[in-house]
Amino acid sequence: MYKLLLCVRYLRTRYIALACIISVMLGVATMIVVNSVMAGFTTEMRDRLHNFLADIVIESRGTEGIQDADRQMALVERAAGKYIAAMTPTIEIPGMMTFSDPYSGQTYTVPVQMQGIDPVGKARVGPLQDYLDSYNPTLDDGVVLKPALRSPEEPLGWNLTAEGAEHRRLVQERQKLFLQDQPRPPVGNPAPESDASDDTAPPTMDSMEPVFDSEAAPESPDAAATAADSGNNVETHIDEGNANENSQQSPKPDAATESPGQESAVAEIPGDAFLLDTPAPTAQQSAEPLPARVYIGEGLISFLVRDPETDKQQKVMMVQPGDDVILSTVTAGRPPEVTKFQATVVDSFRSGMSEYDSSIVLMNLEALQKYRGMERGNWITSIHIRLKDYADAPAVLAALEREFEPGTVTIRTWEEKQGLLLSAVEVETAILNVLLFLIIAVAGFGILAIFYMIVVEKTRDIGILKSLGASSSGVMSIFLSYGLGLGIVGSTAGVVIGLLFVRYINEIEDALSWVTGRKVFDEKIYYFFEIPTYVNPWMVFSVASGAIAIAVLASILPARRAARLHPVRALRFE
Amino acid sequence: MAETLKMTQPLISAEAITKSYFKGQHKVPVLRGAGITAQRGEFISVIGQSGSGKSTLLHVMGLLDSPDVGEVILDGTRIDNLHQAARDQLRNHVFGFIFQFYHLLPELSLLENVMTPLMIRHSFLGFWKKRREIRDAAMSMIDEVGLSHRLRHRPSELSGGEMQRGAIARALVARPEILLADEPTGNLDAATGAGIMELLNRLNQEQRLTIVMVTHDESIAAQAHRTVRLVEGRIQGVAWEDAA
Repeated sequence: MYKLLLCVRYLRTRYIALACIISVMLGVATMIVVNSVMAGFTTEMRDRLHNFLADIVIESRGTEGIQDADRQMALVERAAGKYIAAMTPTIEIPGMMTFSDPYSGQTYTVPVQMQGIDPVGKARVGPLQDYLDSYNPTLDDGVVLKPALRSPEEPLGWNLTAEGAEHRRLVQERQKLFLQDQPRPPVGNPAPESDASDDTAPPTMDSMEPVFDSEAAPESPDAAATAADSGNNVETHIDEGNANENSQQSPKPDAATESPGQESAVAEIPGDAFLLDTPAPTAQQSAEPLPARVYIGEGLISFLVRDPETDKQQKVMMVQPGDDVILSTVTAGRPPEVTKFQATVVDSFRSGMSEYDSSIVLMNLEALQKYRGMERGNWITSIHIRLKDYADAPAVLAALEREFEPGTVTIRTWEEKQGLLLSAVEVETAILNVLLFLIIAVAGFGILAIFYMIVVEKTRDIGILKSLGASSSGVMSIFLSYGLGLGIVGSTAGVVIGLLFVRYINEIEDALSWVTGRKVFDEKIYYFFEIPTYVNPWMVFSVASGAIAIAVLASILPARRAARLHPVRALRFE
Repeated sequence: MAETLKMTQPLISAEAITKSYFKGQHKVPVLRGAGITAQRGEFISVIGQSGSGKSTLLHVMGLLDSPDVGEVILDGTRIDNLHQAARDQLRNHVFGFIFQFYHLLPELSLLENVMTPLMIRHSFLGFWKKRREIRDAAMSMIDEVGLSHRLRHRPSELSGGEMQRGAIARALVARPEILLADEPTGNLDAATGAGIMELLNRLNQEQRLTIVMVTHDESIAAQAHRTVRLVEGRIQGVAWEDAA
């Protein structure tokens, strides 16, 4: 009893003990905050990575793909059907996207990762619908600027929204009016390079067919057949349009039209002659969107502008749903050839993983199959699988490995696909934890030193207690429980402060931003509106108990010293 | 036979105690075969110059220290060679100490200080069960030394005499058989010291408390039943004491 009483009294009356408590508290609070934020980022990142990748991905070795999606999926079903919740065939192929920016009038070509998907199937293996901009309201700092364009009940598909269709119609009407107002340029006007003249020189083609490169898809005669001008590539279409205006291709100083080879023609695409015309021919053709439809990652077609008046960052979309872009990629032939085609942008998406949002273009699977010459035999390059329970992944992997002939496909979980990134994050967290635990260890040495001081200061009291009959172990337990008390109080305070900090981290961040005058956490950089946090109760528990253990360990040495004091010498101590 | 033997047996005796301390490499003998015997209810004073070893003799008797040579016998049982736990028990149950510098615990109030020996005696649970009893015992002891108006005060708020009275209350709350007093008036002025001596005498008479008091003050020592003189670690005038 006296142990407890003295221990509590010492805790209450020694202000130096406050130093111990504060150091333990700070250590614990820091560890909890850092761990929660790290865990928040990691979980968020893993979710986003995972969502786009499905649980298990079966990929063909090469870009030419594997034949017969239905048969492959049947194989998967047979091998591991009971574990599988959903799967969807996909074509993944790198490509280039060319689009024009109406703000600067520039034409850009950017590398993209094209994914041919079935949106309904894709949505079954991952949350596609949540990412599509048309299903989400437009927000600004949490305020709804514009409600969602589509209701959540509307099934996923490749149709334009009413607004997109309207945009498309308006663009075309404007084009038409513009054309009517414009006097026909004089024949042989050699200025197709200038943007203005390009806009004024749309082709007068009346073909209703979409323009795409039929020649580039040698394995798809159907595609070739549907092409209006078999044997003509996109350039020649448009150049024909120019030619109609200009009577002849030859006056054009561009070498593009004169080069019969496809390769050289492609090389000329960035030339202004081609792209800025693209809305025009489609406008001429139809208000109907083209057969190739795409969802484009937001990062690819938007940029941020700082409003000089409000000093707010604003996102500017260079391509709207309803606009057309040109995609080029390679066919599945051996050797592959370049294929290019126009596609109507149906939507944009934002998964939150900037890596994906600035590289992926989702496209309708059938069209991509057609342009890549893969539709005969239903070729695909990968199957995305979602499991009922991700814990079954090893079993499913093993079953699939047995089912598929070795060497034909690669079967990996999403974690294996992103293995390097994930393990890098894990190592980072582990190192950070070690470093932070050193902080608590430092606090432990502080406790050791301060306890020694307290033992020296209390030497006479120890002698008194012994003269009153207290045992050595009793004296020792006073100081051990003192350490325990410090640890518990410090840890509890640390846990409370840490959890409060985590709970109000965004408010704290706002306050810090306000004080320092600059953004501490720029949500635009991290793609998070708020700092994500995840409090793992086990983490809190182990941090707190680790800190308590260190406090007790640090008090063992001083406590032993106190216990071993000779009572007479302790009494005489001045 | 055994009964009569017990009657004549002294309550406590320290026999032929030799004790040396080391100061660095040098062995400093403090006690050279000193011995002292106290009957139940006796009030003995040990007088000697500073450094004569009188405090050490007291510590050896009270089991705070162990002798190099010699024995401490309590009620016919040798106690100086017991193991640590038993020594701790004896200190708590049989001996009560008071010191020149009072040695109250500064963090505790007077009441808590007086309760300390009983808290040490009982486990947490035992204390909880008997808390009222223990409290009452401490209160009545404080009342006996005349400090009931100072229960909640810290030692630093008490005067020297009050602190010594508090220390006496603490020493007696556990109902010890022997009170070992080490210069109880050494730090007090004459009037206060006289008050303390009066209290000790009263306790000795009323409760038949055995007291062994160490002092260097002849007039204080004279108030005891019997005086033992310690010079350089040896008892002087034993023969005279025995004759008396």
